[in-house]
Amino acid sequence: MQTFDLEANGLRALNETLQAQTNTTNETAWDVVNPRGSHAIAVGLDAPIEVTVNGSTGYYCAGMNQQATVHVKGNVGPGVAENMMSGKVVVEGDASQYAGATGHGGLLVIKGNASSRCGISMKGIDIVVGGNVGHMSAFMAQAGHLVVCGDAGDALGDSIYEAKLFVRGSVKSLGADCVEKEMRPEHIAKLTELLSEAGIDADPAEFKRYGSARQLYSFNIDNAY
Amino acid sequence: MCGIVGLFLKDKALEPKLGAMLTDMLITMSDRGPDSAGIAVYGTDNEGRAKLTLQAADPSVFSGLAGEIEDETGVPVTLRLIDTHAVVDLPEEKMAEVRKTIRSLRSDIRVMSAGEMIEIYKEVGLPGDVAKRFDIPELTGTHGIGHTRMATESAVTTLGAHPFSTGADQCLVHNGSLSNHNSLRRKLAREGVSVETENDTEVAAAYLTWKMQEGATLGEALEAGIDDLDGFYTFVVGTKDGFGVVRDPIACKPAVMAETDQYVAFGSEYRALVNLPGIEDAKVWEPEPATVYFWNH
Repeated sequence: MQTFDLEANGLRALNETLQAQTNTTNETAWDVVNPRGSHAIAVGLDAPIEVTVNGSTGYYCAGMNQQATVHVKGNVGPGVAENMMSGKVVVEGDASQYAGATGHGGLLVIKGNASSRCGISMKGIDIVVGGNVGHMSAFMAQAGHLVVCGDAGDALGDSIYEAKLFVRGSVKSLGADCVEKEMRPEHIAKLTELLSEAGIDADPAEFKRYGSARQLYSFNIDNAY
Repeated sequence: MCGIVGLFLKDKALEPKLGAMLTDMLITMSDRGPDSAGIAVYGTDNEGRAKLTLQAADPSVFSGLAGEIEDETGVPVTLRLIDTHAVVDLPEEKMAEVRKTIRSLRSDIRVMSAGEMIEIYKEVGLPGDVAKRFDIPELTGTHGIGHTRMATESAVTTLGAHPFSTGADQCLVHNGSLSNHNSLRRKLAREGVSVETENDTEVAAAYLTWKMQEGATLGEALEAGIDDLDGFYTFVVGTKDGFGVVRDPIACKPAVMAETDQYVAFGSEYRALVNLPGIEDAKVWEPEPATVYFWNH
């Protein structure tokens, strides 16, 4: 286990050190102490390493992640795991706005609540939220899965493409072209797998599925202003 | 972008440290707003006394002012000069008369704040430098609000810096930009409420003052603002005994709050709160969009 004191050694040194790890590195476990809400902690990683951040972070924690597992023992600011490609990011607390935005792959787990725009423009990432998500979550979501164990705010899945949304609690309102859909056995199976990977104990049978009505795919004069 | 910090103390033991705690928070928010900074502090309530915070580009205009006010009005006042600002201590019931006299004696003096407890200090420059010029770390008080500015809607000037105060013991700081401030400024003018600058935030402050003059509580005024103010905003508002927070319904301007038995704190980012006592065990949350939060002593 390597320990890195962010306050003593600085952000640039942390990210350079973590980004320098290769697929064959022996230093696979990293502990970051004194994050003190700093921005851009553990961004751009591309090695199968495990990074634990002991405290809360600011903007863009674990952005552009590939392969690595980043575990935040606290809350995260806006844009956690933004544009993640692969790997896993786990947040023990809450996440601020646009968590997992534009993510292409990997798994983002938020054990607390996520605020507005969670999974905006997601392109293949899987996001599991233990609590609630705020308004405009999964806006223009293209691919991947968003699992919400609590409630969803206004305009869920507005202008959604082919991402699949699962919500256990209430949905304040659905966005344009987002509709409730049938929960088939393959969806239950996928949801069971995601909850298990996220380590969240919830009954897949209690969730509803939402997705695209596919009415915005081609031009419709009634949608024009 | 701008930075906001706010602190509302529940524990009296922290009151002597208010200025120091707010300064630390403010400096952390320097990169959100390096062009100007300002702070409003609510100090001790001296029964029957009131304060005017004045500002002048050339502080030499304050020379002899206290004596001249006394000569004109017969009211004994004291004046404490702090860099480009001066705080005049006067009997509460003489506020209107003294303000009028100052206006007639010195046209180049601006009133930053007026009230029983509030003092506002703001200037162009890095937050750390501004805090040092006004000795902010030494200030004692029950609650305070600070702002670091990165100007978007109006010029980088002392008068364009936040906080804005448009009513007795009231102040407001803003992260965001309002799109209907010109029409609202005209509407307020018809109601007899005038603002001094071209700044959008001052219009929001004047709007809340007007609502409260009409009988609304701070909470009600903020609720009404959600309907009447168009644009992006995270506002933090101070009154004589209260502290309020509201975000627009889109809520893209960041906000983090923390509460313990000792205080309620606001920061644009969590970074601003990390040195507060007991923050590790505080209740920390992001205020909901279009939801009014306020605390009173």
